[in-house]
Amino acid sequence: MTTIAELPPGFADKVLSAQSTFRSVMDAMARPGSLQRIVPGAGAPDMMMRGTAAIALTLFDHDTPLWLDAPMAASPDVIKWLKFHTGAPVVQDSSIASFALIGDAAALPPLERFALGTSEYPDRSTTVILQVESLDAGRSFELRGPGIDGAATLQASIRPFDLFERLRFNEPLFPRGIDIVLVADDAVVAIPRTTRVVSKGS
Amino acid sequence: MNAPAYNFAYLDEQTKRMIRRAILKAIAIPGYQVPFASREMPMPYGWGTGGVQVTAAILGPADVLKVIDQGSDDTTNAISIRKFFAKTAGVATTTATEEATVIQTRHRIPEAALSENQVLVYQVPIPEPLRFLEPRETETRRMHALAEYGLMHVKLYEDIARFGHIATAYAYPVKVNARYVMDPSPTPKFDNPKMDNCPALQLFGAGREKRIYAIPPYTQVVSLDFEDHPFEPYRFNAPCALCGAEDSYLDEIVTDDKGSRMFVCSDTDYCEGRQAAGHHGSLSAAPYKDKAQGGANG
Repeated sequence: MTTIAELPPGFADKVLSAQSTFRSVMDAMARPGSLQRIVPGAGAPDMMMRGTAAIALTLFDHDTPLWLDAPMAASPDVIKWLKFHTGAPVVQDSSIASFALIGDAAALPPLERFALGTSEYPDRSTTVILQVESLDAGRSFELRGPGIDGAATLQASIRPFDLFERLRFNEPLFPRGIDIVLVADDAVVAIPRTTRVVSKGS
Repeated sequence: MNAPAYNFAYLDEQTKRMIRRAILKAIAIPGYQVPFASREMPMPYGWGTGGVQVTAAILGPADVLKVIDQGSDDTTNAISIRKFFAKTAGVATTTATEEATVIQTRHRIPEAALSENQVLVYQVPIPEPLRFLEPRETETRRMHALAEYGLMHVKLYEDIARFGHIATAYAYPVKVNARYVMDPSPTPKFDNPKMDNCPALQLFGAGREKRIYAIPPYTQVVSLDFEDHPFEPYRFNAPCALCGAEDSYLDEIVTDDKGSRMFVCSDTDYCEGRQAAGHHGSLSAAPYKDKAQGGANG
């Protein structure tokens, strides 16, 4: 039986670490494709990256139903850590989740299974937090949309390989849609529903 | 015993998390008003409680805060809010637009161009642009859902029918990212063009009405108009009486009971900066430095 003492710690400084993590995520969301760094101030359980753990501690609480993919949900460490530090209820039904944590992005379920919001309340949609291999090396993508001065370039190694093609389903849905936060260790890139991504040749 | 009985930046962490989540959704859906559980603040509604809550949720110890009220750093509202955060968060404050990383504003956008590392936080009294045309929240929400903004164009048309031009001078409605019609808060329409393609992130907080909305950087913001009555920013046709600026938004100040008036920049930091750089207006006192030079030369 795991005791609380064996859990990786939360933020050493709850207030200021949450603030700096939030500013990184806010800047990432406001400037899609831009790579932001999270200053790691907390432990992370098992298969959770440092950036993911910091985002969880910053944004999750009892008001945010949380959906975990199979590898995350199979880890008792992850469940215990999230429960102890955030209190967020873990739900089985992804269509009511405020946040979804994807540990193994290759097994990302169809995006329409998440909450897309309604036309009246498009904010009631799932923010999907996706752990990926790398956000500064790999294939090149061109991003356009609000928050971007002309076009932005993102280099990333991402599974599923067709993630950005699948994200095109956001386009006709707007203002409904899914917002994605990509995490690779302490690096964060956000792709809100307004961003259009095309793969650059090569 | 003397330790402060409140959290960093006043708000408790659970409240900040809730506001932060609302801010993220607001950025993801430009111009859409995200409902949030606005808190009681130690100041009355109407004094910028929405802006204060947004600022409290984003502010960090490294930030430099500027607060303006109708362009001025020196009014009661601006000074009180600046002192509030200096006390509760210990952040550095400034009146210089370029030095600030977070600028909370009531009813103006600074004259100096904003940069990418700045966040502009607006205090908003009535966030719903359609509210005075349709009082029911259920209806305005449906109108936003359907992008049904004909009523707003009728309102602007009625202005033209009655006055010959669009008489709306402040809180002039804009369309954000070609989707949501948004109230830019009661800024003069002179400021509307500054919101378009702005490098800084713009956040809007309405405390009493419990809404947060946003314009991400580099986002298209178009003031509503008609082909034959295009949008025109309004400005008094005069230079600033203190700094001589021909391009800034002016306040009209009545100086006696015989109809005398002067026009001065509403942005005090801009005006003071220009005066310090040697610009004069028709009513500015002769600067001390000029007199000294005159003496030396004469």
